Amino acid sequence: MTAPVIEAQGLTRRFGDLTAVDALDLTVEPRTIHGFLGPNGCGKTTTLRMLTGLLTPSAGTVTVLGHSLPRDAERLKRQIGYMTQKFSLYDDLTVAENLGFVAEIYGLGQRVARQRISALLSTYALEPMRHRRAGRMSGGQRQRLALAAATIHEPALLFLDEPTSAVDPENRRDFWERLFDLVDAGASILVSTHYMDEAERCHRLAILESGHKRADGSPTDLMAGMGARVVEIEAPDLRALKQALLALPEVISAAQLGSRLRVLVAERIADPVAWLRSQPLQPAPTALAPARPSLEDVFVTSTGIPVGSHQP
Amino acid sequence: MSALLSSARRILAILSKELTQLRRDRTTLGMVIMIPLIQLMLFGYAINTNVRDIPAALVDQANTGLSRMLTQAVEATQVVRFTERTVDLGAARDAIVTGRVRAAFIIPPDLSQRVARSGSVGAGLATPPATDEQTSRPVAQWIVDGSDTVIAGAIKGLGAMPLTELLRRPANRTTPTFAVALFFNPEQRTAINIVPGLVAVILTMTMVMFTSAAIVRERERGNLEMLINTPVRPLELMLGKIVPYIGIGLVQTTIILLLGHLIFGVPLQGSLLALAAATLAFIGASLALGLVLSTIASNQLQAMQMTVFILLPSILLSGFMFPYEGIPVPAQYLSEVLPATHFMRAIRAVMLRDAGLTQVAGDTFWLLGFMVVGLLIAAQRFKKRLD
Repeated sequence: MTAPVIEAQGLTRRFGDLTAVDALDLTVEPRTIHGFLGPNGCGKTTTLRMLTGLLTPSAGTVTVLGHSLPRDAERLKRQIGYMTQKFSLYDDLTVAENLGFVAEIYGLGQRVARQRISALLSTYALEPMRHRRAGRMSGGQRQRLALAAATIHEPALLFLDEPTSAVDPENRRDFWERLFDLVDAGASILVSTHYMDEAERCHRLAILESGHKRADGSPTDLMAGMGARVVEIEAPDLRALKQALLALPEVISAAQLGSRLRVLVAERIADPVAWLRSQPLQPAPTALAPARPSLEDVFVTSTGIPVGSHQP
Repeated sequence: MSALLSSARRILAILSKELTQLRRDRTTLGMVIMIPLIQLMLFGYAINTNVRDIPAALVDQANTGLSRMLTQAVEATQVVRFTERTVDLGAARDAIVTGRVRAAFIIPPDLSQRVARSGSVGAGLATPPATDEQTSRPVAQWIVDGSDTVIAGAIKGLGAMPLTELLRRPANRTTPTFAVALFFNPEQRTAINIVPGLVAVILTMTMVMFTSAAIVRERERGNLEMLINTPVRPLELMLGKIVPYIGIGLVQTTIILLLGHLIFGVPLQGSLLALAAATLAFIGASLALGLVLSTIASNQLQAMQMTVFILLPSILLSGFMFPYEGIPVPAQYLSEVLPATHFMRAIRAVMLRDAGLTQVAGDTFWLLGFMVVGLLIAAQRFKKRLD
């Protein structure tokens, strides 16, 4: 299977006057984790809903696992799993009851269902709490249960909408290990996130901003080709220096990281450290050093949004 | 065949999920039992259309032995109870306006003459018909707060009260124009009519309420976004949601009818089969109606308001409180749309008038039709999409 699992062209969704997703092209290759990185309200959830057939696109064509949407949405549902942003299993049912319910809805036979449930309980470390109600579990446990339920019918394609937003870093790392296990077993995954560390784990990454795709590629390619150079500066008064730097047209952004200032300089400046030294800056930097680009830098250069601010 | 089988399995999955959730919701389960129990005790005992002991004022301007005998004769009917006595008409009027009494009984000073004049032909003994101005004058007067028609009717009934005791004369045995025989409820006990109707009202309330919240609750809690991503079909979801409540409806019906029989002596004249058929059809119709509301409402508060919107006409226009025949014809069309009207007719026919399956088939089929149409509308309205 080498054909893309998702192919979307010119995908657009309007809600009244608002264009939530604007002419998005997307290709997801099989056996990869494709990430959607973007701030809240950039159209990630809307895109996922169009790709699962929950929303009808205002324009554009979508083919998912060979099914043309929205026409074949019902046939597609058996082959995909969808983990919603908000926990959507039943709080007043136990872990085992929730999984049993989903297994029956997907029409798994009794024996298959039993095997799948016990396999999932051990994979996601839910065995000790199989009789606990979902409403009484921690964020990490609920999220593992949600993933178990979304994968109970062994879907070829998995959609995860901000799956780790209520989870601590430790649980987040375990969760991603499970995702790579799923890819190893042949699944493809489309995951939306606004966490940089999570985005960095994806095979491929699309950066979304106000419904537009700003960048698409592997995280390393994106970092290599981001069109900016990174310099870290130390100085006595970083807030004042930041204002002075932002006044220069060559400086794309400047963000404080503790006692340092991380500055993105346009790529046409071949030696940004020397160039910055030559600028008459007040206060004068005490130390300047080039730094390795990060995904955050890619995000800033491709969207123009300073990290930490959430307006689109 | 296998498609049908997997469809049945999905319905079963939703059904057992609903049952598990219901079993964990102790408060709701408690209300399933307590609502019919308490309402039956309350309404079966409290609702009474035979009005008695209406508070009234006595204005005795004659104040003779005869007037006191007349007063006693009136009180003996138990329709009114004199709570105030005065000779001043203004005071009596004031008592009516403030609402302390509902009527005033005014005995004129010339009571003895009036009684004497009517002695041969007068009040209550009018044979031959009194055509004479003088002899046809009534002996006393009632002033009634006529705003409540039931109370006004009860006191109007006193207007033709015979005065045989007062005149120490046996009444002329007048021949009534019509002979009236009261079937099915000869003792005229209100509970006989109320208890079967109460089944319709309580079932309307609980059945519509349960299902009107059913889909909305899943939407509010976010479960719906998961469900619509699965292969479950709308009609399967609807069927799985209503079946558990059919059992609840039957439990409530049993509670009401059993206690109605034990406590209020309400008989079950007709066949149990006819009763079960009509009740099941009504439960199904009410549940389907609730599901339709559930696809319209976007939160549980809205669903609750819609339930009340259905409940009120089901109480007032279905024939539960007031006779269906008294409702103006255009409003009758409206009440014909309500499932409660059809069930009210059917259950009273079966329980009180010994109607069989064939006699209630019309209403039962109407209810079944309502259920099917309701289910189809609900399934049609329920979209597995978010747009």
